[in-house]
Amino acid sequence: MTGLPLIALVGNPNAGKSALFNALTGARQKLGNYPGVTVERKAGRFSLSDGRPIELVDLPGTYSLNPTSPDEQVTRDVILGKQQGERLPDALVVVVDASNLDNHLRFALELIALGLPTVVALNMVDLATRDGLELDAAILSRELGVPVISTVAVRKRGLDHLRTELESMLDGSAGKVRASTDQLDFDGLRKEARRIARAAIVRETPSRRMTAAVDRVLLHPVAGFVILLALLFVMFQAVFSWAAAPADMMEGWVTALGETVTAILPPGILHDFLLQGVVGGVGAVVVFLPQILILFFFILMLEATGYMARAAFLMDALMARVGLSGRAFIPLLSSFACAVPGIMATRTIADSKDRLTTILIAPLMTCSARLPVYGLIIAAFIPARSVGPGIGLQGLVLFLLYVAGIVGAMVAAWALRLTVTKGQSGGFLMEMPKYQWPRPQDIVIGLWQRAIIFLKRAGTIILMTNIILWVLASFPQAPAGMRQSEYSIAGRIAGGIHVLVEPIGFNRDISLALLPSMAAREVAVSAIATVYAIDAGDDEDAMNRTLGERLQGRWSLATALAFLAWFVFAPQCISTIAVTRRETNGWKWPMFMIGYLFALAYAAAGLTYWTAVALGLG
Amino acid sequence: MRLTDLPLRQPAYVDLIDWNALSASDGQRLREFGLCEGASVEALHHGGLLGRGPIACKVGRMTVAMRRNHAAAITVRTGPTEEEDA
Ligand SMILES: Nc1nc2c(ncn2[C@@H]2O[C@H](COP(=O)(O)OP(=O)(O)O)[C@@H](O)[C@H]2O)c(=O)[nH]1
Ligand SMILES: [Mg+2]
Repeated sequence: MTGLPLIALVGNPNAGKSALFNALTGARQKLGNYPGVTVERKAGRFSLSDGRPIELVDLPGTYSLNPTSPDEQVTRDVILGKQQGERLPDALVVVVDASNLDNHLRFALELIALGLPTVVALNMVDLATRDGLELDAAILSRELGVPVISTVAVRKRGLDHLRTELESMLDGSAGKVRASTDQLDFDGLRKEARRIARAAIVRETPSRRMTAAVDRVLLHPVAGFVILLALLFVMFQAVFSWAAAPADMMEGWVTALGETVTAILPPGILHDFLLQGVVGGVGAVVVFLPQILILFFFILMLEATGYMARAAFLMDALMARVGLSGRAFIPLLSSFACAVPGIMATRTIADSKDRLTTILIAPLMTCSARLPVYGLIIAAFIPARSVGPGIGLQGLVLFLLYVAGIVGAMVAAWALRLTVTKGQSGGFLMEMPKYQWPRPQDIVIGLWQRAIIFLKRAGTIILMTNIILWVLASFPQAPAGMRQSEYSIAGRIAGGIHVLVEPIGFNRDISLALLPSMAAREVAVSAIATVYAIDAGDDEDAMNRTLGERLQGRWSLATALAFLAWFVFAPQCISTIAVTRRETNGWKWPMFMIGYLFALAYAAAGLTYWTAVALGLG
Repeated sequence: MRLTDLPLRQPAYVDLIDWNALSASDGQRLREFGLCEGASVEALHHGGLLGRGPIACKVGRMTVAMRRNHAAAITVRTGPTEEEDA
């Protein structure tokens, strides 16, 4: 590793460590993993005023050096120099929340007592001011025996001062460390922290506490719940209504690109490959970018404003009924975007059985990769009718699909808790952060990162799967009068799968899409698009119809609904399976997850199909 | 009275915590949240549309949420906190 001086950011959760880390290192960040544990190592570089490079690590937040979860363990081990794959930091930046000094100072005292060169970043002074607190950093510094710098990480205030202080610290010209708190026990530290906090608070004017006032509404047992549901509902309506215009525009680009390919290339295999395998297939997925970004926009906003913890609070009573903690709601809600970060976010759940249950049901939350599938089928089979003021039928169906996933997850959690993850529930103990108006830049950066990840997926895993599918679906060439999609290798494999899924109403198109979409759910859409393009061949008329129009001609409503029901449950995502293996340290649980989810998917699709047929929709 | 019975938005302080009723790690987490004998508490919200949900309370300057079984282990007295600098 590098021989650069290492500085670690430590402090309570929500003190602003990550914000400070971002402000100091900018784009120069590297994400990795500590060996042997599944905790992310977030490191970056920044330069001191004399240009000296420094390596900075952002450690997971913890309330004390007494860890209760895997990521808190890492924090402790790093600052004690015991973490494999990490050298002992040369200095610590202890980040404390100025508006919650008593509590944060206790941990700060514990850290200072370790004797490493330490600077305290008195962060969030803007919020303290909002709460009517006026603090004196000099008093704090005198009492703590280490330099204290006031910062506002999100406004980049105090950073230069912090750099200067770190510089003299590393030069050894500062850093008299006081160790008088060495002998204090927890209670002693708490009292000392309280005393110091009182000394440092020079004025306290009672002020209207925005957070308390907002919470009166948002945490109200009835109103709060209604608002939570309404928020989720608006989110799903927005996914359809806001995305319509940009999605149409992108669809136009894809069509134009296809026409360009036709114009430039002579008819032949290369032309077909590009048009059907690449532009048609990947293009069919890429047009869902606007919908995915809208979904992420809502989730990022919920997180950044501090609402997520409130949602967990509101949901806890319900979650408790199925043996889960309200805390599990946060990873589950992020799983609406993608199960992979959702499953990683379960690391904050201390109880191992709670955590395992949450991991096992996370794939039931409707992730954004299902949107292309849902979007395609809903747009093709559900009329764009209004069923009430501001309520579109398509958005409603989408909402119901999400509800089906949630209900499925709750039932699954309940059943798992009675069987494989039996045991006492871990409970719900959680800090409610203050409300904040998110900074637009942060949201934009978050969306940008998501867009890149999605496009990368489209350009790699989805493209590759699709190319393989195109080859398998194009050869051998069908003799005249036979359908290419049935005669080809892929068609014959699909024939085998078809036998299994025919009872639940799946046609050959779906059978063909099921296998490649194990790689990623969106591939179902690109696979169907590719196969239809191949079948259409040079038929101008067929090529000019949209994918949705072609589906309408070939699928019954019952089949379409069964296909939707399948995707609510089916575990079709290699990345999710891989991250489950990593987080549970073995193949046992991912295998279990695959098995139970496929069983559920099969049953749900079957029930949907048979019911629909019985209602005359077949 | 127990924290579960404390009326909303009534200043109180912790009289006694029955640590034995809490698991070691839950007890530790509560301590880390600043709950201890003498700490000022104020119940802010009772959650749960269906049945009894968690309780959100102010502990010092922090808002924390806990389930009722935890809150039941905490005995409180109304009034301003008694713990001035010890
Ligand atoms: N107003 C204000 N908000 C801040 C400040 N520092 C961080 N935040 C916000 O506080 C929240 C928690 O910060 P984060 O860096 O994630 O905390 P961490 O858990 O310590 O990494 C985020 O929403 C930040 O944008 C600050 O100095 N002032
Ligand atoms: Mg952080």
